[in-house]
Amino acid sequence: MPTQSLQTEDLAPADEILERFGSVKSDDLIPLLQQVQEAYGYLPPNILEHLSSCTGIPSSRMYGVITFYAQFSLVPRGRHTIRSCSGTACHVRGAKSIRERLSTDLGIPEGETTEDRRFSLETVACIGTCFLAPVMMVNEQYFGLLTADKAAAVLEDFE
Amino acid sequence: MNTQVMTKVADPEELAALQTRLQEEGVGGGSRIGVCATGCRAMGAQALAQEFRDQLAVQGLDDDVSVVETGCHGQCARAPLVLVEPQGYLYGKLKAGDVADVIEKTIRNGEPVERLCEKVDGVAVPAMADIPFYKAQRKEVFRDCGKVDPKHIEDAIVRGTYQAVAKALTEMTPEEVISEVTDSGLRGRGGAGFPAGVKWNICRNVAGDEKFLVCNADEGDPGAFMDRALLEGVPHQVLEGMIIAAYAIGASRAFVYVRAEYPIAVEHATMAIEQARALGLLGQDILGSGFDLDIEVRMGAGAFICGEETALIASLEGQRGMPRPRPPYPAQAGYLGKPTTINNVETLSNVGSIILGGEGSYSAIGTEGSKGTKVFALAGKVVNTGLVEVPMGATLREIVFDVGGGVQGGLPFKAAQMGGPSGGCLPSEYLDLPLDYDSVKQTGAIMGSGGLIVMDEETCMVDIARFFTEFVKDESCGKCSPCRIGTRHMFDILQRITDGEGQAGDIDRLVELGEFVKEGSLCGLGQTAANPTLSTIRYFRDEYEAHINDGACPARACKQLIKVWIDPNKCVGCRVCLDVCPTEAIAGGKKLIHVIDQDLCTQCAECYEVCPPKLDAIVKLTGKEASDFESLPAPVLYTEWRQKVGAAAGQPGEAEGQ
Repeated sequence: MPTQSLQTEDLAPADEILERFGSVKSDDLIPLLQQVQEAYGYLPPNILEHLSSCTGIPSSRMYGVITFYAQFSLVPRGRHTIRSCSGTACHVRGAKSIRERLSTDLGIPEGETTEDRRFSLETVACIGTCFLAPVMMVNEQYFGLLTADKAAAVLEDFE
Repeated sequence: MNTQVMTKVADPEELAALQTRLQEEGVGGGSRIGVCATGCRAMGAQALAQEFRDQLAVQGLDDDVSVVETGCHGQCARAPLVLVEPQGYLYGKLKAGDVADVIEKTIRNGEPVERLCEKVDGVAVPAMADIPFYKAQRKEVFRDCGKVDPKHIEDAIVRGTYQAVAKALTEMTPEEVISEVTDSGLRGRGGAGFPAGVKWNICRNVAGDEKFLVCNADEGDPGAFMDRALLEGVPHQVLEGMIIAAYAIGASRAFVYVRAEYPIAVEHATMAIEQARALGLLGQDILGSGFDLDIEVRMGAGAFICGEETALIASLEGQRGMPRPRPPYPAQAGYLGKPTTINNVETLSNVGSIILGGEGSYSAIGTEGSKGTKVFALAGKVVNTGLVEVPMGATLREIVFDVGGGVQGGLPFKAAQMGGPSGGCLPSEYLDLPLDYDSVKQTGAIMGSGGLIVMDEETCMVDIARFFTEFVKDESCGKCSPCRIGTRHMFDILQRITDGEGQAGDIDRLVELGEFVKEGSLCGLGQTAANPTLSTIRYFRDEYEAHINDGACPARACKQLIKVWIDPNKCVGCRVCLDVCPTEAIAGGKKLIHVIDQDLCTQCAECYEVCPPKLDAIVKLTGKEASDFESLPAPVLYTEWRQKVGAAAGQPGEAEGQ
């Protein structure tokens, strides 16, 4: 993973985002980082440096914010993000066995990305779909009333 | 019906005229197929809506019947749900193959499709209004959710949304608005139950050149989803409440702070704001009142703590979301150090009807100290999972049994967990307690945002405490040591108890640590972090003791404390369990009694879930029985085995070769 995160990303998408913001105020930092992550799939170090020099927001402050919030990632993510819900309703309906199954099938622990960058596996505290527990999201798509088998089968549709 | 061609409404008369015009045009009425495209999206609702559109078009009905992608209908257990109007039939669990029948029978002939209806004692109940789940509710906040198209402001206007804005902004002073809301008895629905009008009044009376309003949609409580449903299903009702609140406190800028994990809510809120702006319901001089307001959507970045007011403000300011001591309260010094009011989504969704109906009609609902209705997110081991709205003071029994349809599989009710990680559990002795802010607090739980997770005898209360403590441990921002370190220690103890390694004195240690975390923390997260543990110890101490002293999990849920065993006297070798076992721990074949290799078994109990109920051959053993049981050494023909032990079921100890 560290070798991947050292790669230098193209500045153009970041510049486009900066242009949309105009003058970046201190309280724009989180929306700015969200849009940059959306564009690159993660927050590349060289881009953060670039953002810092363009906005005057110290990169130390950026890293402070990035490491505080679960949404941000400093390493490249998979093409598809699996968010397996570990909320209360999912928990009492067996979410754990689904997480364990996904983890086994993909061969990665929670929070990591498969070597082929096909999937990143995350758990999320609740996606507000408790009525269909246990649930997971793949990218923006919801899947409910899962069993370990069903969850494993869902992944086959994502290349 | 295109917002772009709608011109701005300059005053209340133009808004009323627009409503009349839309009514005359039949907007929101006529023959409609309302497909829930928010929550039900997880069950293929969007494809279903498209199937309806396609088939209606093929049949040339697309001009007469509109397919509307609505918000949540509430009875989520039957997802995907479709409401057919004007008949008012609510269909559930639809598949693409059902679409043709709905069009033929209901749209063309007005008759229900019985197989898609809710059944009561085997009889189909087509009309939504007759379904027990809805009859036992009182829909006030959710009255329009599931009926309007959240992506079209016309649908909201035709139903009278924004009329309350017109009344408040042009007929009432901010002080009058505040006193109306104060007198209504509306209390904050986010958890603490602080009177909304009082909160507004404090902010109004603080001097400041600029004030802010924040709609808190950082619904992080695992198990609560009403705020998500409101923003997704009736975003204009939320905006209406925000405009009135902003007017009352004197704010000209407002934010909707919503979780990034709720993409549909983000989308619908953003759209609603654009449409309201285009109509002049946001922006300069709203409805000719001279009042200006703009609203911006801000996405949370995945931190539960940001539901806390001061942490939320820090997050809005682009900082790490850490709480700070109060006072000063946000009303005095909030966003950018300026006076700021933060209200929850559900609170704001109540405001419109309070202004329109007058305080009398609102405060007629509820109990002495808690007025209006409360929305509960019903989930867990209950038949009708979904969103339910009942008057404050409804009992747990009414919610779980009358509305919720009881516990799944008819198992006995054990407890309901209320208020998420800040709350506690209500055991069965509280089934008849009228639920309001004050009564729930006395039990050691809290109303919280209204998450209500039903638990049956297969739910382990120690595991639930472990689950919530793990959550708060992870979500603690780390500022206060008692919370940061205390929750960690509590988690470690709970983990070892559920792993079967509990030690004498662990329960006392948990209580002591819990009290310490409660006392020594700055914000609500830490102050309530021990509630799930303390409340389960209070009501289910015997379960803790069974784990620690007997190595037994009475709910048979803690994997380290159970063994999964196949009863040779019940198994018929049907292979169902054999096929699902992920570790191939089950030996056997067709008609051969299956045997679990305990060395390979991970106690995932998937076999237990799939064993046909009529056989009921798979058993979870715990405590003494988990160390004493014996299995067959190898699979044998079940017919032979039965002959051996005789027709009457023998004991496992009689097994051959033991």
